[in-house]
Amino acid sequence: MSGRVRLWLLLGAAVAVVVLAVTLASGRGSDGGTLDDRVQDVASGLRCPVCQNLSVADSPSALAREMRSEIASRLDAGDTPEEVRGFFVERYGEWVLLAPTREGLNLLPWLVPVAGLLLGVGVWAMLVRRRWPPETEAPTSAERRRIEAELDALEEPG
Amino acid sequence: MPALVGTVSLALALALALYGGIAAIVGVKTGRPRVIESARTAAFSLFALVVVANLAMLAALLSDDFTLRYVATNSSTSTPTFFKVLALWSADEGSLLLWNLVLGGYLAAVAFRFRRRRPEAFPWAFAVLFGVSAFYLLLVLGPTTPFETLATPPPDGRGPLPLLQNHPLMAAHPPFLYLGFIGFTVPFAFGIAALATGRVSDAWIRITRRWTIAAWIFLTIGLVLGALWSYGVLGWGGYWAWDPVENVALLPWLTGTAFLHSVMVQERRGMLKVWNLSLIVGTFALTVLGTFLTRGSILSSVHTFAQSLVGPLYLAFLTVVLLGGFGLIAWRREALRVETSFDTPLSRESVFLGNNVLLLVLTLTVLVGTIYPLLAEAVSGGKVSVGAPFFNRNAAPVALLLLFLMGIGPLLPWRAASLSAVLRRLQGPAWAAAIAAAVLALGGSGTAAVVVFGLAAFVATATLSEMARGVRAQRRALGGSWSSATRGAIARNHRLYGGLVVHLGLIVAVVGVSWVSLSDRSSELAIGRGERVSVEGYELRLDGISSRVEPHRRVIVADVTVFDAGGGEEVVRLHPSLNLYPGSSEPIGTPSIRVGTPLNGLSDLYLSLVSVDAQGAAFRFFVNPGVGLLWLGGAVMALGGVVAAWPTRSRPARALTPVEVEDRREEVSV
Amino acid sequence: MRLDAPERPETREADAPRRSRWRTVVLVSVPLAAFALLLATSLGRDPRALPSELVGEPAPVFALPNLEGGGTVDMADLRGRVVVVNFWASWCQECRDEHPALDAAWDRYRERGVVVVGVLFEDTVEDGLAFADELATDWPLVDDPGSRTAIAYGVFGVPETFVISPDGIVTAKRVGPVDYTWLTTEIEDALRTPEAA
Repeated sequence: MSGRVRLWLLLGAAVAVVVLAVTLASGRGSDGGTLDDRVQDVASGLRCPVCQNLSVADSPSALAREMRSEIASRLDAGDTPEEVRGFFVERYGEWVLLAPTREGLNLLPWLVPVAGLLLGVGVWAMLVRRRWPPETEAPTSAERRRIEAELDALEEPG
Repeated sequence: MPALVGTVSLALALALALYGGIAAIVGVKTGRPRVIESARTAAFSLFALVVVANLAMLAALLSDDFTLRYVATNSSTSTPTFFKVLALWSADEGSLLLWNLVLGGYLAAVAFRFRRRRPEAFPWAFAVLFGVSAFYLLLVLGPTTPFETLATPPPDGRGPLPLLQNHPLMAAHPPFLYLGFIGFTVPFAFGIAALATGRVSDAWIRITRRWTIAAWIFLTIGLVLGALWSYGVLGWGGYWAWDPVENVALLPWLTGTAFLHSVMVQERRGMLKVWNLSLIVGTFALTVLGTFLTRGSILSSVHTFAQSLVGPLYLAFLTVVLLGGFGLIAWRREALRVETSFDTPLSRESVFLGNNVLLLVLTLTVLVGTIYPLLAEAVSGGKVSVGAPFFNRNAAPVALLLLFLMGIGPLLPWRAASLSAVLRRLQGPAWAAAIAAAVLALGGSGTAAVVVFGLAAFVATATLSEMARGVRAQRRALGGSWSSATRGAIARNHRLYGGLVVHLGLIVAVVGVSWVSLSDRSSELAIGRGERVSVEGYELRLDGISSRVEPHRRVIVADVTVFDAGGGEEVVRLHPSLNLYPGSSEPIGTPSIRVGTPLNGLSDLYLSLVSVDAQGAAFRFFVNPGVGLLWLGGAVMALGGVVAAWPTRSRPARALTPVEVEDRREEVSV
Repeated sequence: MRLDAPERPETREADAPRRSRWRTVVLVSVPLAAFALLLATSLGRDPRALPSELVGEPAPVFALPNLEGGGTVDMADLRGRVVVVNFWASWCQECRDEHPALDAAWDRYRERGVVVVGVLFEDTVEDGLAFADELATDWPLVDDPGSRTAIAYGVFGVPETFVISPDGIVTAKRVGPVDYTWLTTEIEDALRTPEAA
């Protein structure tokens, strides 16, 4: 069945190109270097105290602007992002972090989606586990003629 | 006067709801069709009465009747007429009135639809609908009544919340959302009816199929309008904040989409009965959960407007729905058993099952993220936040997997595929993905862009090629022009082509969303009067600041001209504004947007005015590529839904479409 | 379309033993009931209330410019006295509402060395002064350019009031308007704190 082998090879080649492209792209280090980018990073993980559910990075409010400038001056002075986050947590509480820390009970919301996915894939595999690859036995020529005839009959327009 | 009219009509409507539910059940249990007929009449009268109540409130708003507390709190003499009308649903009590209107409308529509021939389970479904109506009527008559009167009416009202009278889009967003949420009540009612009677054939799915698709279309439009409102009105430059109320609106959409797919498996193979009933009970329960979280003052959000004590009532109703619905399914478990099973992983059914699994994982993720702060507070008393970083990180991989399935699903036939046929159909899409990925990688894009856009190319090519295949087969079988072949192919299988169009729309939306998320071009800047500042590849010049007074607010407008970088040509003039409302402490900004079109690189230029002082003004400027694709994609999805729901002229059973015939031939000849 | 014509033979309810059916129902109902219970715990709680972080911690120090007349108010100078730091703004209705309570407390306790300091939040100096003049505020009022002090105190909005003991520890925090009873209770408590060595 060289036809099928050829199909597999072609597909494999396409997949290989995709993998190469992804490798090339990921090798490119992202330049999270500038101060602006680092401020953006920290600010997008903090919750704006006077808005509804917006991050400090996104919020148009004046307080958020001040907080961004506070973040900038702290990062500039050499604080790590962790320290800057800690500064705000000390004053506003854990609430100001837009994603819960991964400690204690807070581990739960992080684990549930992963567990759900694993469970779901397991259920799927269990329900679908019959035969792989599908074995289609080739019909005999007599069967073939009969099938063709029936198909022709069904093919009436309208 | 309006208060009296409103309250009396709602009270009568409630009485009719109770009567209708009882009559339907009595009629079917004692075998008296006339009693059931009277229930139908009750449905029409109920709808008419709720219309009257809504009109009464409308009249009160338009005539500035401040004896009603609702009018005094949400309207004023200086509110423009258009927004006075909108005030009907801009606050909790009024929007509950709208909710009842839509619910009454669906009730009447069901009564009308089944005026002649009706399934055996109809009276039970009808009773469920009456029951749900009764609950929401009870709420709008009692704790959340908009018709409360004031002993001393104030001379003028407070006016709507500033954010809600800033933009006409407020008009469309809630009605579409409600049409979507409440629409799911109909398949839910028929599902419960099937369980109640113990006759769990597939009839309930077939009967309600178009209702479900309609509800899905409305909900999709409602969600996209919400995103559009967030983008164009709220002024923060984004369209989705993973706000709790946004999340609870998304949840029934996810399960509803799963349901629309898995019912196709049940129709063809008779499987997944328990699954489908659970999905529809879950979808309806999620809409009730949504009303609970939004109106029960549970979560802090941009939307929560309830400060009343209705929380326990919503929770009680939700509990009844959950225990009743799932309890019934558990009760009828034996009747729902099936013998058939999946043939192989390489079939459309299996992909649909995979789609369901992933959609449910997404639902679980969003649900857990939204509810977790409540759990944390219950356990430890402390408050935590779960926001965008959590949801993006957890939802993105699942969403990508889902997209992949969306691509291969249509390529696989039902039951079992011949491997060669599948491999052949995969070639085009796979190479489209490869080329897209290579081009992007060589062009300097990052991993995320390569993966997402490669996947998008895969799905788009797969979807388009399936459509083309069907049209080609139609033409080969029946001749004619390409356009008549297209029309013919669609006419023979609305559901398939409608679904493919929906997939296309979704891919377009995903491309838009990814494009804008992956490019981060925004800046804050201050510009002095007459000054020109360089930012994000453009130059902005502040031409002037003016202010004008409108009846309900004062508006400060900044006139800014945008030029191409390096002193180039003028691109556009933008006029972002700050609106100051008398009762509010902070101004509300209205952004000014130059919409991206294919002619200008599909980039929105988004400018919002932050503050104004003697020297000039402070702005936020965004260059947002691809946002327009989100709106376009949403519209295409809605269109696809309409195609899918379009009535088909029935064709003789067992007739195959030309493309199905060709598929069979191909398998036979391998 | 024929509504009642099933394409498959209809499944009728098999005679499952009642006990096993009930068992399934109970099994399904338990997690659902637990979910409802979880939601029930959230009833009656104010979604906007946030716990106080700074209470029991040293108060952030600041030196802020007076709203008028030049000069600054420096926390270092106020060490050894009870300080009531009140964040306010002219556009804030509740700040207006709580003003009489602050005024009364100020009158009663100023001889005992208690000082009220009003810190302006997200507002212009002119509007702030107009507000203060209108209400005849006579305790020190300062501006907070850049909202650095507000951020340092973890302020969400106005009004917010902090009571600081003579040794510089935050003993109480109130989000929202204060009333006279709360003020007097907290000030008395702070006055009783022994001064740090």
